[in-house]
Amino acid sequence: MLEMSGIRKAFGPVKVLHGVDLEVRAGEVHALLGENGAGKSTMMKILCGILQADEGTIRIDGKERHFAHYDEAIAAGVGIVFQEFSLIPYLTAVENIFLAREIRTRFGLLNRKVMRARAKEVLDKLGVNVPLDVPVADLSVAEQQFVEIAKALSLDARVLVLDEPTATLTPGEVEYLFRVMRDLRTHGVAIVFISHHLEEIFEICDRITVLRDGGYVGTRAVAEIDTDGLVEMMVGRRIESNFPPKPASHPQARVVIDAEQIQLHKNGPVSAFQLRQGEVLGFAGLVGSGRTETALSIMGAYPAFRVKVEINGDPVPPKNPSEALARGIGLLPESRKEQGLITAFPIMQNISINNYGKYRRLGVFLDLAAERRHTVNAMQEVRVKAPGPDVPCDTLSGGNQQKVVIARWLNHHTPILIFDEPTRGIDVGAKAEIYQLMRKLTEDGYSIIMISSELPEITGLSDRVCVFRSGAIVATLEGDAITSEEIMKHATTGKLRYVA
Amino acid sequence: MSHDVAAQLSPSVLQSVAARLKRSPLLLPLVGLIVVSTVMAFASDNFFSIDNIVNVLRQQSIIGILAIGMTFVILTGGIDLSVGAVMALCGTLGAGVMVNMGLPGGVGLLAMIVVGILFGLFNGLLVAWGKMPAIIVTLATMLIARGLGLVYSGGYPVSGLPGWISWFGIGRIGGIPAPIIIMVILYALAWILLQRTSFGRHVYAIGGNETAANLSGVNTKRIKLIVFMISGFASAMAAIILTGRLMSGQPGAGVAFELDAIAMVVLGGTAIAGGRGLILGTLIGAVLLGIINNGLNLMGINPYLQDVIKGFIILLAIYIGREWR
Repeated sequence: MLEMSGIRKAFGPVKVLHGVDLEVRAGEVHALLGENGAGKSTMMKILCGILQADEGTIRIDGKERHFAHYDEAIAAGVGIVFQEFSLIPYLTAVENIFLAREIRTRFGLLNRKVMRARAKEVLDKLGVNVPLDVPVADLSVAEQQFVEIAKALSLDARVLVLDEPTATLTPGEVEYLFRVMRDLRTHGVAIVFISHHLEEIFEICDRITVLRDGGYVGTRAVAEIDTDGLVEMMVGRRIESNFPPKPASHPQARVVIDAEQIQLHKNGPVSAFQLRQGEVLGFAGLVGSGRTETALSIMGAYPAFRVKVEINGDPVPPKNPSEALARGIGLLPESRKEQGLITAFPIMQNISINNYGKYRRLGVFLDLAAERRHTVNAMQEVRVKAPGPDVPCDTLSGGNQQKVVIARWLNHHTPILIFDEPTRGIDVGAKAEIYQLMRKLTEDGYSIIMISSELPEITGLSDRVCVFRSGAIVATLEGDAITSEEIMKHATTGKLRYVA
Repeated sequence: MSHDVAAQLSPSVLQSVAARLKRSPLLLPLVGLIVVSTVMAFASDNFFSIDNIVNVLRQQSIIGILAIGMTFVILTGGIDLSVGAVMALCGTLGAGVMVNMGLPGGVGLLAMIVVGILFGLFNGLLVAWGKMPAIIVTLATMLIARGLGLVYSGGYPVSGLPGWISWFGIGRIGGIPAPIIIMVILYALAWILLQRTSFGRHVYAIGGNETAANLSGVNTKRIKLIVFMISGFASAMAAIILTGRLMSGQPGAGVAFELDAIAMVVLGGTAIAGGRGLILGTLIGAVLLGIINNGLNLMGINPYLQDVIKGFIILLAIYIGREWR
């Protein structure tokens, strides 16, 4: 039915796909599996004409196709349900299903009766009962998901891509979705199913294609492979050099953060962990597994349902980042541009933003000379490459921008640092520098929580690793147990802890 | 010797001044000021007389002071539509304290300041803690302030104030009208607050990227609260001058003043989304708007047409400002 072969794609100098094959048969549920950044989403975007491949062919029913635009893929019978829904919240299910291809009467007005009937027909075929006349914002997540699927099927999609459809569903809803998928399978629809939950894949899928670092690893029938085999295919062998050596473990080190209970959502799973002085504690797990939320909840920047945590022995957690700062917790956020920097402002203002107390004269006035002196020192300490402290941050490279945010906290001497994806989008040389810097910081007594989606980074740098799955920590690894395979296994199959 | 110094200094200093000016948000307002002044000077002989310039500044002093508070709020990415109505409320209640309650004039003036700051506090709480958009909050509180003043006074001016209050409206020091002196002092204080204190830096940071400011530990709610209180204080200071000039509390005064204040801030080169702009720019914007009004009057242009011309000048200024960046 669908055949993609030899797909290559590069964004500038970065190769994200090098020669990936994917073959899906009619009446099959085919899993596409791989770590974060393995290239799954890029593959699917190429299939839908949102991105164009640099090389390679797409065949549907044996006929070669080129999709310059999403519309053309739809016309050829490809439907996709994105991870983030593309529904308009204040329109009804009917209006959403027919968005931009509304059926009109002779007079050019909307033919609501016909559209409603057709929408009902499609949803009935799915066997689901979704209210048609209320805004989709009022529907449950599962119902919205079915509206999305109905939207794709109303276009007579014969290839249906479901990108992590189960991420936000409850177990009961997942069961229901699987029933619908099995039904579609018997009708000959080819389904590409993306999920990080291995047990789901074993339950619903017929075959599995694994990607790793933009390369094709292999395709297996579900019957002929087990969890360990899959994890090994996903993780593979890696070269883990250019990391500074880890110091000997020191379990007797002082505990600076003792998180007894963190529950992100009501009735959700519960996490517990400790951060010891002078260590790098890795937060590993798949995107959306609750790593960032858990870290942010410690500093009052995420409204978790329950936060029972002692910071340096103080049992009252900070209410907001401003209090967290006073308690010595600094954050290097996930997104430099949106959360970390005021990019239009000069380096100096970005470094001293939270530390003007240091530059006071006569109690209130700023000591501009001192500000400049400290900024230059902090820039040198982390080796920001820039002509001077007055350069706006949007002219710097990603790596140097990241160093500016780090310099902000060093200038402030916050002893606890939370680094969220510290090397995202920066080049190899700058990465190595940031690794060295983090190691030097822990030697100087700083304690670091490092959230990262890159397994080599987690295994190469962390003294201990907390592995997250579906909203909470499922395992804490130490010493020789810190391997990619072990982390991946817990991240996909680990057992969650609930409290009564 | 002097030759050497001049040779060393002049090119590099000039260059660096030029380079700094080119990047400064003040450049375009300054150019605008020069262009408009030149045009007006040719159009009217009277324009460059001392009397006329003093007159322009005096006319702009009340809204120019409202524009100070507006600058703080807009720099954080907010807006305050209530300034004109709050000014009227301050003036009316303050006059009421003097006339109806028979308290000394000083207490009345203090009451104006307290009313202004409290109203700013009200606005700030709704925006920062109530998490409602500033434009809607201050649209509503504008109605509330206006209505309260009218209810208190029954719609009539409150008159019969102590004679010395008039100093704030028509008094002079060394020949310079008091409103101008008060305005200049307030601009100087605002400059110090914005450029020389950590509070000022945090104001800019919030307008530049509120999320980043919050995550770096800036207490964004408190800063947003304070800027609205500053705006309320500015309204009260404007009320003091207005009351002095009219020798009465005027519940109906200041209608649409907020719009002129916003125009001054924007003409002064402050980004309406916040994060970029200078208080000095607002002063230039205030003078610029005053010169346009004054010049159109001197030229004897139909007052209805004057508004049309003003509107187009504002549009042109914003368009050029955007293209420049």
